[in-house]
Formats: sequence, C-alpha cells, structure tokens
Amino acid sequence: MLDLINVSYDTQIPNNVGLSQDKKVLKALEKWHPGYINWWNDLIPQNFQESMVYLRTAVSVDPKGWAKFDYVKMPEYRWGVLLAPQVEDRRIPCGEHFGEPAWQEVPGEYRNMLKRLIVIQGDTEPGSVEQQRFLGLTAPSLYDMRNLFQVNVEEGRHLWAMVYLLQKYFGRDGREEANDLLVRSSGSEEAPRMLGAFNEETPDWLSFFMFTYFTDRDGKMQLESLAQSGFDPLSRTCRFMLTEEAHHMFVGETGVGRTIQATVEAMNKAGIDDPYDTDKIRNLGVIDLPTIQKKLNLHYTLSLDLFGQEVSTNAANAFNAGIKGRYMEMRIDDDHKLTNDTYKVLDLEGDMIVEREVPALTAINMRLRDDYVRDAAGGVGRWNKIIEKAGIQFEMKLPHQSFNRKIGVFANKNFDPDGKMVSGAEYDKGLQEWLPTHADGDFIQSLMKPVYEPGKYASWIAPPKVGIDNKPGDFEYVKLHMA
Amino acid sequence: MTAPFKQHLIDPEICIRCYTCEMTCPEQAIEHDDNNVVVDPTKCNFCMDCIPVCPTGSIDEWRVVADKDSAYTLEQQYEWMELPEQEEIAVSNGSDADTDGLEDAIAALLAEAHAGAGGKAKAPASASKPTVNMYNLAKPAKATVQGNYRLTAEDSDNDVRHIVLDLGAQPFPALEGQSVGIIPPGEDENGNAHLPRLYSISSPRDGERPGYNNLSLTVKREENGICSNYVCDLKPGDTVNLTGPFGATFLLPSDPDAHLMMICTGTGSAPFRGFTMRRQREAPSVKDSLTLVFGARRPKELPYFGPLKKVPDDFMQKVFAFSREEGETKAYVQDKLRENADKVAKLMQDPKGHIYICGLKAMEHGVEAALSDIARSNGLTWTEIRDAMREDGRYHVETY
Repeated sequence: MLDLINVSYDTQIPNNVGLSQDKKVLKALEKWHPGYINWWNDLIPQNFQESMVYLRTAVSVDPKGWAKFDYVKMPEYRWGVLLAPQVEDRRIPCGEHFGEPAWQEVPGEYRNMLKRLIVIQGDTEPGSVEQQRFLGLTAPSLYDMRNLFQVNVEEGRHLWAMVYLLQKYFGRDGREEANDLLVRSSGSEEAPRMLGAFNEETPDWLSFFMFTYFTDRDGKMQLESLAQSGFDPLSRTCRFMLTEEAHHMFVGETGVGRTIQATVEAMNKAGIDDPYDTDKIRNLGVIDLPTIQKKLNLHYTLSLDLFGQEVSTNAANAFNAGIKGRYMEMRIDDDHKLTNDTYKVLDLEGDMIVEREVPALTAINMRLRDDYVRDAAGGVGRWNKIIEKAGIQFEMKLPHQSFNRKIGVFANKNFDPDGKMVSGAEYDKGLQEWLPTHADGDFIQSLMKPVYEPGKYASWIAPPKVGIDNKPGDFEYVKLHMA
Repeated sequence: MTAPFKQHLIDPEICIRCYTCEMTCPEQAIEHDDNNVVVDPTKCNFCMDCIPVCPTGSIDEWRVVADKDSAYTLEQQYEWMELPEQEEIAVSNGSDADTDGLEDAIAALLAEAHAGAGGKAKAPASASKPTVNMYNLAKPAKATVQGNYRLTAEDSDNDVRHIVLDLGAQPFPALEGQSVGIIPPGEDENGNAHLPRLYSISSPRDGERPGYNNLSLTVKREENGICSNYVCDLKPGDTVNLTGPFGATFLLPSDPDAHLMMICTGTGSAPFRGFTMRRQREAPSVKDSLTLVFGARRPKELPYFGPLKKVPDDFMQKVFAFSREEGETKAYVQDKLRENADKVAKLMQDPKGHIYICGLKAMEHGVEAALSDIARSNGLTWTEIRDAMREDGRYHVETY
C-alpha cells in the first residue's frame, strides 16, 4: 500500500506521492532535476553553496515529522514533492460546483485556467530566490543568513511543488511550462518573471525583511485561496506550502521588529527622543524610524498591486469554477456561490475615493486584498508596541491603498499616504518624505556589512529573542566555508 | 485530590499570529482574536502536533498551575501583552506522569542508563534534533533482517552479533547514539506481550550503507535473555517489530571541531561505531579529534576489532585495554585513561571537548575514579567539572 504521510526516499526525489510507481512523471522530474540544480548552483555564491547551513527538512507531512533540523549544504537539501494528506470525501468548497466531490484529475473545461494559475504561482518562487541571491554577502549575522537560506531553499521547494503539478497533470504543455520556469529570470530584459514585484531588486536586508513581510504575505494569501481549490492535488500542495510559508512571515516580521528594536535602543542610549533627528540617529549606526516607514510604504504598495484589478472577471471565473476559493473559505458562513451577493470595493469618482457595491463574484480580488490588509496590519501594531515600550513618540502606519499604485483604479494617480489627492507639485515634493530616496538607499547600503561571528549582530539589528530550534545565542547557524 | 496542572500557553511577544498551530491542532484547542492566539486548557491533550509547525518557538511555553481548575482561561490569555511569570506552586503528592505508559517506561529506562552522568543529561549544543517515539507498540515499524554476523571469534564464549535491519519505505530518522526498542514475540508468564528491549543503533543516520534505509545493531547473546536470544537467532528475511527511535541526549555534536573521547566496553561500542562512521562520511579530513578507549577481555572478544584497526590513527586514536590477554598485564579502560591523563584533562577544559561513556554499569565506578584523579591532579574538582560539562552537553553516560 502507498504510504502517503511519510516521505519516501526510494527515488532521487523525496516525495509522498508514490513517485517510484509513477514512472512517467518520475522520468519527467528526473529530466527536469539537473536544470534545477544548475539554476541553483549558478545563482548562489559558491562559498555559501559549500557551507554547512542549519536547515529544517521534512521527513513526513504530519506535524511530528516535518521540521527536522540539521546541518546541510544547500545543493544537497532534500527538495521534494510533498502534499498534505488527502482529506477523505473532500468536496468542492465554492462556486457553481459547490458540494460536488473534489477533482482528483484536471477538469477539462478549466484546464487552461488552472494551468495559468499554477504557472503564475510557480513563477514567483524562483523569482524571489533570484532577487535575494547576493544578500548572504552582507548578512548582519549567521542567524539571519540561515533564515535567508531557509527561505531560499523552501522557495525552491515550492517551485518543485508547482512543477510536479504541471508535469503530473498537464502533459506536454505542463513539461514545457516547467522548463520555462527555469528560463525566465528576475529582472531579465528578454524573459522577466511574470509579476512586477518579482523583478524589483532586493538590494539590502531591510528590503528583504519588508519583502518577506509584505510580498510573501501576498504569496501566503494566494496560497490560502489556492488551498481552497476544488482541484484536490493543488489544494493539498498549497496546504503543505503554507506551513513553510509561515517561516517566511516570521523572518519578515521579526526582521523589521529587530531593526526597530536596535534603533530605539540606540536612541535611548544616546538620549535622543526626537525620531526625526535623522543625522544624529544615523550616526549611531542604526536606521531611523522615518526611513523604515518609507521602506514599509514602498513594499506594502508594491504588494497591493499583486492582487490585480479590484473588479475582475478572471477572478470571478476562477471562483465560480471552484478553482480558487476565498481566504478561509471553509470558515465563511454563506452559500459559497455568491450569485446574489454584493461586496464593497474602493473606486474613484473624479478625485473622490468612494465605496461602491459590486457583485461579490467580481470582487474576489478586492476581498482577498482586504483580508491581506487586515493580516498585514497586525504585525505593524506589534512593531509599534516596541516603539511605545521604548517611550518614543512615533507610529508606523500602513499607507492608504490609493498611494503609489500601478495597478487598479488608483494606478498612477497622485495620492498621498493618507489617501488625499494632491497636485503634481505637492506629490513630487512629498515623495521625498514618503518613499525611500537614493540617498536613503546609500545610507542603508553603508550599513550592510557582513557579521560572520557566531552570536554577533550588526549594529542596526537586535538579536532575536528566541533561537531557531531553541538553540542558544551563540549557536553557529552557518558553518561558513572559507575557500 | 488536586494535582498540579501543566498548562500549555503561547508567548504573545514572540508569536507572529500566522495561525499555523491553529490549523494544525487536531483537537481545535487553539483559537485567536485580533489580539492573541490562545490555547484552551480543557481541550489541549498535549499531543505536541503544534510544536514543530510553529516558526517562532512562541508555542513551546508552559506554566504549572495549582490544579486544572486554576488554569489561565481563554479570556485571561486574550488580554495578555506578555506571559505571566511562573507562580510558586505548593506541590501536593499528585503525579503528573500519566501519559503513555510505555513512553514513560522507556523514558525511565533511559534515565536509569544516563544516571551515571550525575544529573539530568543534555544533548550537545550542535547535535541534530532527534526524532523520538515515532513508532510505538500500537504502530511499530516493520524491519526486515538483511544480515546477522557474529563479531566475536567462534571459539569465544562471548557471542556478539552485528544485525542489519532494512526499513524499506518506512522513514526511520535515527541519529547516531539513539536506540530502538525490539519487541520479542510471545508472551511472558502472565500472558502479557513482552515489553520492548532497548538496543543502541550502531550505524550512522544515513544508513549502514550510505543512502540505504537500513540500520545496524550490536547485540550480545545473554544466557536466558528472551530478547537477545531472539535477536541473535534472527535470519535474513525475518521480520522484526521496532519501536522508537528513543533517546534525545546521547548524541553526536554536528560541529566538526568537536573533540570526542569515547570510552566503552563490549557492546557499549555500538553508538561509537555510529559516531565514527558519521564523522568518516561527514568530515573525513578532520584529524586528531576522536579518541576511542575500548575495553574487552581479549582482542578476539572485541566487537569490530578488525574494521577498527583499519581506521587511520590520525583520524581516530584507538586505545585498547585487555583484561585477560595472555602474557600481558591486566588493563582496564580506567588504566588507559590514566595513561592518557593529559589528553583527558585537556578535553575536560576545552569547550569543544566531549566525553562519552557507554557499556556495563560495572565500568562506571572505575572510570569515574580515574576521571576524578585526573581532574584533581590538574587542580580541578571532578564533580564541578562533570556538572559543568553535563550542563554544556559535553559529558554523556549510558550504562546498563
């Protein structure tokens, strides 16, 4: 009998989907594997490839076995195909097929829609690894370096997960799409990644933390809604990915929190209580709070664009088809069909932002974005607690959803972070205060000096409160290979 | 009668509200509002499913309260900005050890085996995190015997065997130094199934053969031993029920710079075989960081004597002590420790030095006396050094 909880190692690719008995897919994956390894090896600087990194790997997909920690060289990480256990008699949770048995094979009428969703999701995974490839060189500690690499190898595994679905369920097109995932590349002129935010640079560690907090959180919301898919293999794949994604949220939230912590501690020590006393604060080797706010503004608004148009027929179709649900679909108390419901979306009437009722089906993106905004606000509140505890008068804020948008009704309009439309001149002047300038970038870059001694941290970031896997403070999370 | 109650809580200052624990909990004991994620003390059954899935470590928090009725309520937990301090609890005679009886029995066996360390054993800081209790009596792993080889000379009255077990497609993530339980078939005189016996694994984590999902055991046949005779008589192809893995402290540091002194007699060599093979596979170029002090009556009764001789001396220094070898003075492991006193003293004081002792209970006394002497002649107090080393995860005893 097939064992679908535990990871089997009887093929080159660890999996819990019985690959050894599925020769065709196994062959396709084994053919894809060398290209993946090449992609990885070309990407990450060589001395990090050779280093021993304290990573977690899954030995089974049930709670007891999925987080095993050990030193491993990244290229030897056991990337594998892991699906959450199948739920018996699972039903399609939304749309016109609501209540019918979940599909175990691709429903022909939705084949293209499904494939496109999987390809888009798959494209983001290697994209972020590409964006973050050089960060190891400026890691503020071995602890942070380990967290970066954990995020990277797991994004790599998420690519595997999507590639498995493509190769298992989409035949020749699926194989071609899987190959293309290794051809496109973040920031490339000829073949960029599919979504804008994944072609932006991640130039420094604060950007990385903001990216994992805000942009990976979009990823989490997308995975949450794909985990509700009526196509059961996709749902099971995404459910397991979400467990890993939680670590990425953790890296982002604590990374920004620890940056803030270092700033307020340094300010208190130096007796500075004005958060806008920028030069003095920067001289302490920490990042001033207004600059952190600017970074927040940038990454939050870029991430909002990832949700697409507020009103979207594509999203309506995917929901109605039962291909993609809403956040926590199973816990929502309605008919899960939305045929007669409405939902409030933000819209523009001249210069005025108004709320408008639209058919709920077409507002699926907006609803997910609202859930995202609520989810993202929580961490900002906890960051503010750090500032408040230090007795400093400053509050981090999520800017209004109209600010700095490139997609949706507010795209390319001159809104300030409070959601007020301003003149072009006011906007140009304000941008200096609202978004990171090149000068801010230079300053942050000047702090990005690596700290490779166990238990030591760069001046601009506080040590974590708890070690990974409960390890002590001076634990050597990465044994650097010194060539 | 009331008994102190150990309550599971989440640290609101560390938690990032990802709700992964809530999604994972099979009892629906975890819930959240806009402020906190909380654990319902009336529902939580300590299954621990939520512990590994938490990315932050905030989930692994516990407070002992006077009794179950005094547990912090959900309402109280929702209000928290930080965890309350552990309050002083007047302990009554109640016992909190009422979980799985078998796991307790095995924990007790291991505690007994580790007692020689003089306090609660700790794993080396850089050791890999062990998986424990993955298989139990109700759900044992089924292993197939791949081989059963006699390690001691045919004319020795000591029958020690090397048994290789294949786990097939079942995951059995065992680290060097961990043990497995074997359940001998049949019943005892009261008609109950036999309890598992513990055996140290003698192969490294990636298998007796690298990349194969197998492991090896080193078992000595005991007169009238129900389990040892069962194991020593196994034939290739036979099926064995395994429980475990067990043991979370007698482990190998992952740090390649760690210096190890491994002191053993007889089948006490099993975990050290695993340690050595792991090092050979993982860090073959590291020199002069392993020392094995191995005692037996005669060379032909020393398990793995042949293969051991092939390990290069600069990879592992081997010190043999033979107590019945004709034409030689009797030597015990403690004598050899005294001969190597400088090295032992250096290891005691080196933060990367580890001392391991494994074998029969009877060896403990002599070894401890030698270590004590060596400490004293270096101006140290053995019990202090021992306690400090143990707290650091650098002193390990497993005797039976």
